[in-house]
Amino acid sequence: MTVRVQAADFDIGAEIAQLREGDRSVGAIASFIGTVRDVNDASTITGLTLEHYPGMTEAALEEIVAEARRRFDILDALVIHRIGALAPGDQIVLVAVTSAHRGTAFEACEFVMDWLKTRAPFWKKERLPDGERWVEARASDDEAAQRW
Amino acid sequence: MARMPETSLSARVSVRVVYLARLRDAFGNSGETLALEGNGTPTVASIIDTLRDRGGAWSHELAPDRAVRFAVNHRLAQRTQVVADGDEVALLPPVTGG
Repeated sequence: MTVRVQAADFDIGAEIAQLREGDRSVGAIASFIGTVRDVNDASTITGLTLEHYPGMTEAALEEIVAEARRRFDILDALVIHRIGALAPGDQIVLVAVTSAHRGTAFEACEFVMDWLKTRAPFWKKERLPDGERWVEARASDDEAAQRW
Repeated sequence: MARMPETSLSARVSVRVVYLARLRDAFGNSGETLALEGNGTPTVASIIDTLRDRGGAWSHELAPDRAVRFAVNHRLAQRTQVVADGDEVALLPPVTGG
């Protein structure tokens, strides 16, 4: 189980190869990548700055992954979340989960993302052509997290 | 003659308060050391009351209907949680990562 908060981009091929390396009981790998969009709430977005709370953010991600392990029969999991200035098209977050079968991998991956969206201390500030604004939390994210 | 030890009825508790994201921008401050004085055991709510009394952005952002969460020493906390000398108390707007 690995959690990383970093400014640098990530290579999903290399990360997944490392996640599954050496474990021949893996039969399924599910992954999710979140990327920066160039539009939000009908506004043109020229970029994002991602802020976190050092110490608490890493601990929150570790707890989410630990909870996924308690709830689902997974073999391993990886969460990478970027911070700092990002441009449209850039990768923001990677969640990858390995398990014996696909159902568990899909479910655990979605669970980790739903909880990350509502529990991990990250904040997005959008850059627009005429200024900046903090992104507002969405009720739909709370509803998604409450399903579990 | 032996000196009496210094005592006070209300212990002085000093905490580090951290303002994150939108709250840092609104307060123009990323954090401060706050001395809590008064009777009774200080809690997260004592800190919020102290800050809200400053008025302006403080009372607006920390109004009861605003969604702000609190963490004591990196763990989410309720308003009723007791704080101790040297604790780090963070004020967090609703999270928007992922």
